[in-house]
Amino acid sequence: MAQLRIRLKKVKSFLIEKFIFLNGIISILILGLILAFLIANSIRFFSSYPFFEFLTGQKWSPTVLEKFGFVPLLAGSLLVTFGAIVIAMPLGIGSAIYIGELAPKAVREILKPLIEVMAIIPSVVIGFIGIKLLAPIIKNLFNLSIGLTALTGSVMLAFMSLPTIISISEDAINSVPSRYKHASIALGATKWETTYKIVVPSASSGMFAAVLLGLGRIVGETMTVLMITGNSPRIVLSWLQPVRTITATIAAEMGETVQGGLHYSSLFALGLILFLITFLINFISDRFINRIRKS
Amino acid sequence: MLKAGIEINKREKIIREKFFYFLLLFLTVVVVAFVLGMVIYLIIKGSGAISWEFLSQKPRSGMREGGIFPAILGTIYLIIGTLVVSLPIGILSAVYLNEYASRNKLTRIIRFSIINMSGVPSIVYGLFGLGFFVILLKFGKSILAGSLTLAFLILPVIITTTEEALKAVPGTYRYASLALGATKWQTITKVVLPQALPGIITGSVLGIGRAAGETAPIIFTVAAFSQPNLPNSIFSQVMALPYHLYVLATQLTNTPEDMQWGTALVLLMVVSLFAIAGTAIRTRFRLRRKE
Repeated sequence: MAQLRIRLKKVKSFLIEKFIFLNGIISILILGLILAFLIANSIRFFSSYPFFEFLTGQKWSPTVLEKFGFVPLLAGSLLVTFGAIVIAMPLGIGSAIYIGELAPKAVREILKPLIEVMAIIPSVVIGFIGIKLLAPIIKNLFNLSIGLTALTGSVMLAFMSLPTIISISEDAINSVPSRYKHASIALGATKWETTYKIVVPSASSGMFAAVLLGLGRIVGETMTVLMITGNSPRIVLSWLQPVRTITATIAAEMGETVQGGLHYSSLFALGLILFLITFLINFISDRFINRIRKS
Repeated sequence: MLKAGIEINKREKIIREKFFYFLLLFLTVVVVAFVLGMVIYLIIKGSGAISWEFLSQKPRSGMREGGIFPAILGTIYLIIGTLVVSLPIGILSAVYLNEYASRNKLTRIIRFSIINMSGVPSIVYGLFGLGFFVILLKFGKSILAGSLTLAFLILPVIITTTEEALKAVPGTYRYASLALGATKWQTITKVVLPQALPGIITGSVLGIGRAAGETAPIIFTVAAFSQPNLPNSIFSQVMALPYHLYVLATQLTNTPEDMQWGTALVLLMVVSLFAIAGTAIRTRFRLRRKE
């Protein structure tokens, strides 16, 4: 009897262990499932629409012309993303250095949660404020007929990526060993010289990872760009014109497609490309962050 | 001569230092002013629209009058559904990582997957939810499909915060329990998890805050353009606050400005409530630990 109970106990703990293991690997399963689904649903598009025409096509007009050219969407995403990074990098790294090195402790304790607030605001609210506040400003500033442009998107996305960029850069700055700083100051360097000759170079790979992660956030952002970049899938090379990004295309068009049709499948293909881009960005930034942890 | 040269050099240096210091200060002020400006402007514009009627009434005359009650309720349903799915899976996943997993290749792949899951764009989760839950599993556009999609989205948040909480439980607690003859599972459920509870709650609250504000994952999986009737099963579509704001601001013409700002403010209040609660629990817990 006692033996049976012990055996039951063993079976039970074996089953529990297997069950927990299954939950443990859930993230691998989900990630695999997402990838498998994106591939399965985009096969129809890749097999029936010439890949070269997709890659080099200059028109995205899925319903009227049945043309699926990737170039305008890529151009839109690149314009918005590049603009956002150019704005976010100096702001993010600059404030991270200020907060991490120069600010008095009390000021730092106020600034950090304030910047975190930006991460809480839902992207649809940021898009909404972009429409109401920023678009009219841009319209008047550059004398445009419409304020919904690539630049409008870049500005809002830059600020959305700042919490990520600032908090990870600041971590990198804080992880610079204090004996480096002490040594520098002991040699007669001022606080500022120590900051820009010792701290910033030591933290630079962490800052790079921070910018990359911010970039990942910008590339994948959907609602804000859908609402404020004007939704026009044409090739433009100016920040002052409306564009349409990859993400916004999926969100704007999925509702109108026929399930299983070519258009439907093409949007999954866009999703697959997006997945691969963000995967790559995360992969690279993860390597840099690990390097900091190890050192 | 030489002395004067050094003097000038020094002064130049001080000026340059001051310049860079103020430049960095200026950049920080720009960031903070932008964030604060947005939030304050939203509060000023939105607070005028919020009334008991606005919060408790259904939309009328093509959503141009009345309130946003169905959208608030829909968001609450989605929050509950998301929690029911993501909490058990997320906690067990963290338990595996912290209590069972050894430092091997598989564990590294799991951690890498978690990082990557949090980097997958929310619109891709939406696509996946549409293809998998709505179409393949035939859940249709429903609370069930939407909750599952959102649950997947916030799983990384729940796993990482839970694991952090588990790590903070001292190893001696586990040894004591095991030495008393408890099994590993008993130790986890009776000793480790209760100790880690505040951390787990923090993680779930922060995760929910994120889920409540998401739009892209729910557009194709649950959100209804207009659904004044309240849902009666998990297979119903619902309205949700973020999608409702999107509709009011971009899909309809001539919706009153007031209603738009009001909806935006209510949504911001909902997500901030969770964020503040999560942070408060965490701070209290940390203080108690230090004592």
